[in-house]
Amino acid sequence: MALPNRNWTMVVDLDRCTGCGACVVACHAENNVPIVTEEEVLRGRAMHWMHIERYWDGEYPDIRARFIPLMCQQCERAPCEPVCPVYATLHSQREHLNLQVYNRCVGTRYCQNNDPYKVRFFNFFDPVFDEPLEQQLNPDVTVRSAGVMEKCTFCVQRIRRAEEQALVEDRRLEDGEVVPACVQTCPPGALIFGDRNNPQSQVSKLLANNPRSFRLLEHLGTEPSVYYLRGGESHV
Amino acid sequence: MSESAQPVGVTLPQREDSHPEHQIEREQERHLLLDPRPAQEMAERVLRPLGRGSASYWIALLILGGAVVVAGLTWLYQMYWGIGITGLNRPVMWAVYIANFVYFIGIGVAGTFISAVLRLLNFPWRAPVTRAAETLTVFALAASGLFPLIHLGRTWKFYWMLPYPNQREMWPSYHSALIWDMTAILTYLSSSVLFAWLAMLPDLGLARDRFEDGWRHTFFKILAVGWRGTERQWRTLKAAITFFSLAIIPVMVFMHTIVGWDFAMAIQPGWHSSVFGPYFVSGALLSGVAAVIIIMAIVRKTLHLEYFLRPEHFDGMGKLLLVFSVAWAYMYFNDFLVPWYGQGPTEKVIQRLFDRGYATPLWLLMLFSNVLLPWATLWSRRLRTSVPVVAAVSTFVQIGMYLERYLIVAVTLGRNELPFDWGSYIPRWPEILITIGAFSLIGLLFLVFVKVFPIIPLWEVQEGQMLRALRRIGAMVISTRAELE
Repeated sequence: MALPNRNWTMVVDLDRCTGCGACVVACHAENNVPIVTEEEVLRGRAMHWMHIERYWDGEYPDIRARFIPLMCQQCERAPCEPVCPVYATLHSQREHLNLQVYNRCVGTRYCQNNDPYKVRFFNFFDPVFDEPLEQQLNPDVTVRSAGVMEKCTFCVQRIRRAEEQALVEDRRLEDGEVVPACVQTCPPGALIFGDRNNPQSQVSKLLANNPRSFRLLEHLGTEPSVYYLRGGESHV
Repeated sequence: MSESAQPVGVTLPQREDSHPEHQIEREQERHLLLDPRPAQEMAERVLRPLGRGSASYWIALLILGGAVVVAGLTWLYQMYWGIGITGLNRPVMWAVYIANFVYFIGIGVAGTFISAVLRLLNFPWRAPVTRAAETLTVFALAASGLFPLIHLGRTWKFYWMLPYPNQREMWPSYHSALIWDMTAILTYLSSSVLFAWLAMLPDLGLARDRFEDGWRHTFFKILAVGWRGTERQWRTLKAAITFFSLAIIPVMVFMHTIVGWDFAMAIQPGWHSSVFGPYFVSGALLSGVAAVIIIMAIVRKTLHLEYFLRPEHFDGMGKLLLVFSVAWAYMYFNDFLVPWYGQGPTEKVIQRLFDRGYATPLWLLMLFSNVLLPWATLWSRRLRTSVPVVAAVSTFVQIGMYLERYLIVAVTLGRNELPFDWGSYIPRWPEILITIGAFSLIGLLFLVFVKVFPIIPLWEVQEGQMLRALRRIGAMVISTRAELE
C-alpha cells in the first residue's frame, strides 16, 4: 500500500518565542546531537540542529532582544542536495523532506558551503557523550561518527513511527500525531508542525492568507518548508 | 665588400662588429636553434645529468623526502582524529586544502599549454622547454589530486565517488560539480601522462642505445617500445602528437573551467559568478607559465643546461607571462566590478574584507604580484632576458596566484547571508605541514625525474636546428628556415 503524499511544514511564531532554548535541549536529547567542548565552540564548531539566534533591535536604551529559532529549512529546492557527489543528502518527493543519509556521507562538506542558512553541522571529531548522557542515547537515531555531515530531519524517526502505526491500524494519520521533539517541548507553543497537504491541519489553517508569514531568505528561491510568523511589538 | 651587393631595402647594422663572422657568432649565441653541435656532444649534454647525484642532490632529496613523510604522517593523524585538528569551522568548511587543489591544478595546465598550443602554433623557441612543462603538469596534477582526498571527512570512503557497480546499487551523483571535477581531472591526468610519454619516445630510444647495460638499459628499452626512428615511426609519432595536441587543449580548458564551476555553481555570494570559468582558466595559465619559468631557471642552474635554456627562452616565456597577467587582470576586474556595482549586501561585506578588512594585506599583495610587478618589469626586453629577474617575477606570481585562491576559498566563505553565521579562518599546523609536503612532493618527483629521464627534448631541439640555418648573402647574415614540411 502506497503511503500518501505529505508536505511536512513547520511554523515558527516569532511573537511567541521567548528564546528559552528548551527546543535546543530537546533536540539534543532526541537526536543524539553531541555536545562539543567550550574550546570547540569558540572555534565556531558549536553543534545544535536547532538553535536560537538572538539579535538586538534598536539603539540603547530603546533596545529589544529578538529571537529566531533556526533549524534545517527543508527546502523544496534545496541548494545542498545537488552538490553532494554521493547522494548522502537527497530529496523525498513524497514527503517534501530533505533527507540526510549519514552512512553514505564521505565528508566533502560541499553541502554546508552551499547552504545559505548554515544549518548543517559537521562532525569534526568523533562524538563524546559525558556521563550519564551516554545512557540516554536514542536507539532510533544513528550516532554519527567523525567526518560526517548532519542536520535537522524534522525528527524523521517520529514521522516514520507515527506513519507506520497508522498504516498498521489501517487509518488516516491525524493532525498532531507527528510531533518533533522541539515542537513537543516548546513551552509557549511557538513551534507548530503538521502536513500542509491536509487542509484541516493546524499549519494549513495558520498559513492560510496569514499576512505575518514569511520564509527565510526567500529571494534565493530555495522554497523552504519552514514558515515564520513575524513578531509584533511584544518583547522580552 | 661593396655597397652594391646589398639587396634593395635592407639596411645593414652599421656597427663596428658588423663583420659577417661576428654576426653569425652573435646570432648563434642568442638562438639555440642556430647553434647546432655534433650529435654526440648534444646527447652527452642531455644525458650527463643522468649519472650519480652530487652530495647536494642527495641532501635536497633527503629534505624534500622528509617533508613528504611528515605530511603523510600528518594526513594519517588527521584521518585518525578527524578534520577537527585543522582550523576549519562552521562557515569556513573549505580552506587551505581546496586552495591548494585549485593552485596545483592551475600549475598543471602549463604543460599542455606550452607543449600543445606552442607546438601547434609552431613557436620555434619552445623546443627545449616542452618536457619540463609536460612533467610539471603530471606532477602538479598528482599533487592536486591528493587534496580532494586529504580534505574528505572520511578519506577511506573516497571510492564511493567513483562510478563502479557496487552493492549499494548507487552511482555517483552527476548533479554534483565534484563528480564533473573528478572526471575532468582523471581524463586530463591520463592524457597528460600519455602526451608526455609520446613526446619523449625518440629520446627514450636514444637513452636506451646510450646505456648499453644495467637497469637503465632495460628500463628505457621497455619505455621506448621498440623505437628505432624509422621513417614510418616518425610519421606515426608526428601524427599522434599533432592529434594529441589538438585533443588535449579543450580538455585543459574544460578541466579548469570545471574547477571554477566548483565555486560558481554554489550560491555562496562571491562564488556565484558566471565569469568564474574563463577567470579560472586565465589564472591557471598565469600561474602555470610562471611555474614553468621557475622550474626552467632551477634546472638550468643546477643541471648546467645553459646551452639549452638561453635568455631567448626566458624572453619568450616572459612575454607569455605578461600576456596572461593582462588577461587575468581583465577577468579579475570583471569579477570584482560587477558585484561592486551591484552593491548586494553580502557581496559588499565580502569586498569590504578585501579592501579594508583583515584580508587587505593579502589582497594588496595579490594585486601587486599578479598585476603591478609583471606589468612594471616584463615590458622591457632587457629585464625579460635576465634569468634572475624573470624567475623572481614568476615567484611573485606564484605567491599572488596562491593568495587569489586562498581569498576566494577561505576568506569569502567566512561571510554569508545571515550575519550570525559569519566566521573567519586561521590555518593550523596540519594544513601548513601538508601544504609544505605537497610542494616538496613536486620537488621530490622532479629530483627523481631529472636523474632518470632526459629533461631536455633532444629530438625536438635537433629537429629545430636542422630546419634552421644561418645563411650569408654577401655581407648580410639571415636566419633561414628549410621548407621541409
